[in-house]
Amino acid sequence: MDFTDLTVKLASELLAHKKISAKELAQMSLDRIKQVDEKIHAFLYVAEKESAEFAQTADDLIAQGENFSLTGIPYAAKDNILVKGMQATAASKILENYTATYNATVINKLNIEQPILMGKTNLDEFAMGSSTENSAFGVTKNPYDLTRVSGGSSGGSAAAVASGEVLFSLGTDTGGSVRQPAAFCGIVGFKPTYGRASRYGLIALGSSLDQVGVFAKTVEDTSMVFQLLAGQDNYDTTTLPKPVPDYSKVLKEDLKGVRVGIPKEYFIAGIDKEVAIITQAAIKKLQELGADVTEMSLPHASYALAAYYLILPVEISANLSRFDGIRYGLSVAGNNLDEVYYNTRSQGFGPEPKRRIMIGTYASSAGYRDAYYKKAKYAQQLIRKDFTDAFEKYDVIVTPTTPTPAFKIGEKSQDPLSMYLADVFTVGTNIAGVPGMSIPAGQTQAGLPVGIQLMAGHFAEEKLFMVGHALEKTLKLKLKPNI
Amino acid sequence: MAISIDEVDRIAKLSKLTFNESEKQKLQAELSAILAYVDQLKEIEGKTVIDLVEDPDSINLMRDDVVEVTTEPEEFLKQAPSRQGNFVKVKSILE
Repeated sequence: MDFTDLTVKLASELLAHKKISAKELAQMSLDRIKQVDEKIHAFLYVAEKESAEFAQTADDLIAQGENFSLTGIPYAAKDNILVKGMQATAASKILENYTATYNATVINKLNIEQPILMGKTNLDEFAMGSSTENSAFGVTKNPYDLTRVSGGSSGGSAAAVASGEVLFSLGTDTGGSVRQPAAFCGIVGFKPTYGRASRYGLIALGSSLDQVGVFAKTVEDTSMVFQLLAGQDNYDTTTLPKPVPDYSKVLKEDLKGVRVGIPKEYFIAGIDKEVAIITQAAIKKLQELGADVTEMSLPHASYALAAYYLILPVEISANLSRFDGIRYGLSVAGNNLDEVYYNTRSQGFGPEPKRRIMIGTYASSAGYRDAYYKKAKYAQQLIRKDFTDAFEKYDVIVTPTTPTPAFKIGEKSQDPLSMYLADVFTVGTNIAGVPGMSIPAGQTQAGLPVGIQLMAGHFAEEKLFMVGHALEKTLKLKLKPNI
Repeated sequence: MAISIDEVDRIAKLSKLTFNESEKQKLQAELSAILAYVDQLKEIEGKTVIDLVEDPDSINLMRDDVVEVTTEPEEFLKQAPSRQGNFVKVKSILE
């Protein structure tokens, strides 16, 4: 058996039938990490010792017949998600020596079933970026082409699943940070509705936009993992006490009567030719499956990126003010308290966090708040209304996930604005608060994966799983990097 | 909209960040480019103001204030760069 061919579902069945042990799975994952991570650099921390303990606990549960679908499954978590006793650097020098003192709620929820955490994965510093090139600890390379980026900000989590190091992983998605790297790495990447899953224990980027996300090789695996993460949490008052459907019951193979909207604003000039062709082919498949496909409009969608790059920096400038060298993290000496603040922040933060703190501070400062921040919040209302109106008529909206396949390392890193444009198709869902998912739709001539994005209405995640699963089954792609 | 070096200085002070001269010039150009991009939001000005519908999901979630033992203070304090007993130590603020 080749570990890199396993899915969560398959591994779970093997464990249940005692064809393999959790300990053996953990060892296979570790061997694979040792074999390929030198090349792709998905991990910032490999939990070699801890994973053996997690595997033992999982094997004990299985021996007692108390195993669940995720028991004993090797996974990874982005290094901005807190796991007690482990590092949580957010890929920043300012948190290089920080050790998490508690578990994020999503980690506690996973621990109920005891999957095996293999380590913490790379990201753009504080999840700010679209390529992991902003990591203070080096870039994560694309498993399909080592000269290209894995996407970002959750590039490490995406590359870890795509290269077969783990069977699923957690990321965070503020403007596309799960869906975009999933598209670049040829796997499934899912972001829930704002308020569907807890943010407690995620290092905050933009608190009104952040959500935890899931990476896996199939839509079914993704839904199995998210089943456990969804739901209200007393430690995050933005989560809502809405019932969570049984996602395994919604997966089916035809889409008769499903209403699919194709927003014309997302098929504009500038989109890569191969991406456009692959997206159109996937849309045709939806029609063949019985879906009712209609072109429609999200008239304010084109303002989403501009609104995002004001709302987000304003929240960043507030959230990152906690890094001051006093209670935890890096502390650089100074002659007085103010100097401690200046020195710590100036040495601890990399260029992108500084840039965004500066924009956010400017856009929310006296005299500029009305011209920038307030206008962006107003645009957000218009965009949100576009989406809520559209989801009265359509079950899902389908777009390309990204305008291009994975770009070259260094291609955009000197031009912040061109990097921001990599998120142009994904930010809308965060601005509107709706769920989104990228699934593989094909490969370019050069072998680079292309993703297609599905969006659904607030708290209608099950529609993404339903449509995504059916599309995946009919596309029958066998994407696997040669690494 | 272009911003001046003086404004870069003003924002840096508000942000508690220090930059050298070449960093300031680079920031001036980058921030100006980003602000020029977001200026497109001006286009929606004057458009029909929508009635902001009350979001049915925007509700206050209340719960009882129950004391729970979560993390021991020592766990947090171990992370502090400088401490004295059970306190985090900072530079004096008052002369």
